[in-house]
Amino acid sequence: MSSADFSVLMPQIVLAIYAMGGLLFAVYTGKDKVAPLLLWLTTALFVLVAFWIGVSGGDSTTAFGGLFVADAFSRFASVTILLSAAAVLLMSEGYMARRDLLRFEYPLLVVLAVVGMTVMVSAGDLMTLYMGLELQSLALYVVASLRRDSAKSTEAGLKYFVLGALSSGLLLYGASLTYGYAGTTLFSGIVAAAGEGSASLGLLFGLVFIAAGLAFKVSAAPFHMWTPDVYEGAPTPITAFFATAPKVAAICLLARVVHDAFGGVTSDWQQVVAALSVASMFLGAVAAIGQSDIKRLMAYSSINHIGFALMGLSAGTAFGVQAMLVYMAIYVVMNIGTFAFILSMERDGKPVTHIQALSLFSRNDMTRAVAMLVLMFSMAGVPPFVGFFGKYYVLSAAVDAGLGWLAVLGVIASVIAAFYYLKIVYLIFFGPEGEELETTRSPVLWGMLMASALIMVVGVINLFGIEGPAAMAAQSLVQ
Amino acid sequence: MDSLISIVTFIPMVAAIILALFLRGDDAAAQANAKYLALIATTASFLLSLLILAQFDPGAGFQFVEEHDWIGGLTYKVGVDGISVLFVMLTTFLMPLVILACWDVTMRVKEYMIMFLMLETLMLGVFVALDLILFYLFFEGGLIPMFLIIGIWGGKERIYAAFKFFLYTFLGSVLMLVAMLAMYVDAGTTDIPALLEHTFSYGTIELAGFQVVGGVQTLLWLAFFASFAVKMPMWPVHTWLPDAHVQAPTAGSVVLAAILLKLGGYGFIRFSLPMFPVASDLLAPLILWLSAIAIVYTSLVALAQTDMKKLIAYSSVAHMGYVTAGIFTATQQGVDGAIFQMISHGFISGALFLCVGVIYDRMHTRDIDAYGGLANRMPQYAAIFLLFTMANVGLPGTSGFVGEFLTLMGMFQVNTWVAVAATTGVILSATYALWLYRRVVLGDLIKESLKSIQDLTARERWIFAPLAAMTILLGVYPALITDRIGPAVNDLLDGYDVAVEEAGVASATDIAQNAH
Repeated sequence: MSSADFSVLMPQIVLAIYAMGGLLFAVYTGKDKVAPLLLWLTTALFVLVAFWIGVSGGDSTTAFGGLFVADAFSRFASVTILLSAAAVLLMSEGYMARRDLLRFEYPLLVVLAVVGMTVMVSAGDLMTLYMGLELQSLALYVVASLRRDSAKSTEAGLKYFVLGALSSGLLLYGASLTYGYAGTTLFSGIVAAAGEGSASLGLLFGLVFIAAGLAFKVSAAPFHMWTPDVYEGAPTPITAFFATAPKVAAICLLARVVHDAFGGVTSDWQQVVAALSVASMFLGAVAAIGQSDIKRLMAYSSINHIGFALMGLSAGTAFGVQAMLVYMAIYVVMNIGTFAFILSMERDGKPVTHIQALSLFSRNDMTRAVAMLVLMFSMAGVPPFVGFFGKYYVLSAAVDAGLGWLAVLGVIASVIAAFYYLKIVYLIFFGPEGEELETTRSPVLWGMLMASALIMVVGVINLFGIEGPAAMAAQSLVQ
Repeated sequence: MDSLISIVTFIPMVAAIILALFLRGDDAAAQANAKYLALIATTASFLLSLLILAQFDPGAGFQFVEEHDWIGGLTYKVGVDGISVLFVMLTTFLMPLVILACWDVTMRVKEYMIMFLMLETLMLGVFVALDLILFYLFFEGGLIPMFLIIGIWGGKERIYAAFKFFLYTFLGSVLMLVAMLAMYVDAGTTDIPALLEHTFSYGTIELAGFQVVGGVQTLLWLAFFASFAVKMPMWPVHTWLPDAHVQAPTAGSVVLAAILLKLGGYGFIRFSLPMFPVASDLLAPLILWLSAIAIVYTSLVALAQTDMKKLIAYSSVAHMGYVTAGIFTATQQGVDGAIFQMISHGFISGALFLCVGVIYDRMHTRDIDAYGGLANRMPQYAAIFLLFTMANVGLPGTSGFVGEFLTLMGMFQVNTWVAVAATTGVILSATYALWLYRRVVLGDLIKESLKSIQDLTARERWIFAPLAAMTILLGVYPALITDRIGPAVNDLLDGYDVAVEEAGVASATDIAQNAH
């Protein structure tokens, strides 16, 4: 343990110290009164740290004897996580303040969760993996039930906690099996023990359990059951947070495990990931059709999207990982925009989430209606919007890796999914007459929605150069 | 001008963006501004496209090519050749007329114009794209404005029709996307001219226990078929078309029939035939018979319609049957005729939908029974409608005849029975079209509601005049088209014949070797 080790970990240390310092500060000063200040500070800090990590560059370095890895992959993932967390925090202020939910713990819990996520994506060892994952999860369980007096919110928190604990148990079981058969918890050791071609049965069991545990976290079918309930029950800003940063962290962690620890036995996990992918794509597409609550609908939509991201991963190639990263980055931007809109939906000062409330929204506010149109078509993967390029990347990764059947199933699922995105467009633009929807005039939400929609259109030109960093990240992960 | 094609393609989109960003308000002045800007943009696009036509050299392959790097190893590459240039012209020619045709719309005019301008850019993009994924981008992108046009401005059942239209065509297209990716992996490029040179393997492969004759080519061909057949539309996947047509506003129907339906045929000629010649050769009988069924069946269905738009929609499906059959005869006459038929159908069906629109605007019904004896009060209308009815039937001297005749000649060389079946379609089309004309225009004017109906306005006359002129001009001087497309079609078929012959030799040697 040397100072070099700590310097690699510096962003995480800064964030962790900030979280603890912030807690003390708030307790000794105005408590919830300082919450807005803390929220803004946290947002600024996230952006700064994202910038710091983004420009740090350099080769892959490891710390603490390989427990912690800082490479292009972890940098890409961390920056995505930090920026999306910052965006969600910013969006949540008005909503939380108006509903008396803006407690000082909220931004700080998000910081702790983000620390956990950045540790997850940098894990080089099963121990680090578990530590990061639990830090993230514990913070998330608490924020899910932030609205203590609401039965739905506490139910969401509890459900998330119980199922999360179960998944952690599965993951730990897998980790212990892996340790037992590999003799080490270091990914570099496991990859040597697993060898090339196919792994031993014990390791394979370990791998499957770890994958199942992580599938819970990314809410891939058939481990998705908690997602709709938690999305619906949690306060909407928290839902927006769940839909973005933790998904990126968990799927990147999965990518890290399968490539760093089981990189030699691609064919063994490829089918597992492909099966998760198909199940998620179809479940996300079919189950969302009947939803009338937009938050539940978004839950299934995120399951569907995760299925596509997993398709990229299942290719088992560097290009596949690149496709997955690009897909997740696009997914996060689309979700932030959509949730910015959902956050602004209200009637008589109360939030509404029923999709019928969107009826003929275009008559009230054409600009926002068009932004939603762009986002919905982008999510459906209809060109010329950026969402199509996400799908294009993962599909070409799959076809490239000889998984043509997976690509065919994927596009069929995307047609089914297109139905409910179209349904939202239909409601907004030519739905039946209904009660008018009021929307809060929040410049932040408006800005986020517009920025996100604009990115979906302008990004067609060059995807904002995201391709290069994603390719580098993928290269550093898959050697 | 190096980027003439891009300019022609994107002028409408720029106008749409200007409308979206700068035009405020919904009063009469703002509506007029929106209409004039849309008209100016589409006309400018048309005039510039005349430059392309003027400088176009039929024998020189791809011209006016522009190429820029883009994301994901893709390129932005556009250009025209003998096959696509006339479709570009058709689109730019029709769009100003379409804008004029919706001059009386008062509901959400700005958005309506934006939709049509966007749609024009996307349709032109399909015809000029020389990169697979770029093609797909434009091909699919067109669904969005069309979905909204049907959904917002359509008739009573518009929601059902809009969803059906979108999901049907989307399903077809995404399979094509997978095939495109497979082509990219196989050939290492998405460049269309390069892919035209590339030979995809056609050795028999085994897939899930089935022997796939024609191998990779057959699979790719089928995926493209799924997309183009729906877009075309071919029997039995044509059912979205009547719904979409009936529910769409008049201008939407015109675009749909005159231009969007041509995307499928263009796709067959651009991709299926030259890129997968062996598979095309293998599966041509399937297409020929599907087309023959389409021609006879949809003509019969058209006979039974009581809604004018539906009748014309079914007649469109029948006419597209000639196109698909013509293409897959893989003869010079057949393919020439198919392209000719598509261009001429663009004018004729567009005009027919406009004819329906004229009386729909006055009486707000498309029911055939609600009309009768219009000739008494609307002589000009009767004359125009007669001209396009005759063109639709394929009367010699109109452009409809040339296309049908050439494709039938192609069919006759390949399969006499298909030609016989298709020829009965000519008779049937005369039956339903003339019967429609008789019921709507001829006879005594006995219905009270029609007693005060007005004849064509000046604006309507100006919309019909260019269409009528083109219909007759192409009918008496078809070389205008065939000279432009001839060399390109000839090259295409030469390549096709060589590939099919090689494949024949290869499979013959295979059999010979297996026999030893």
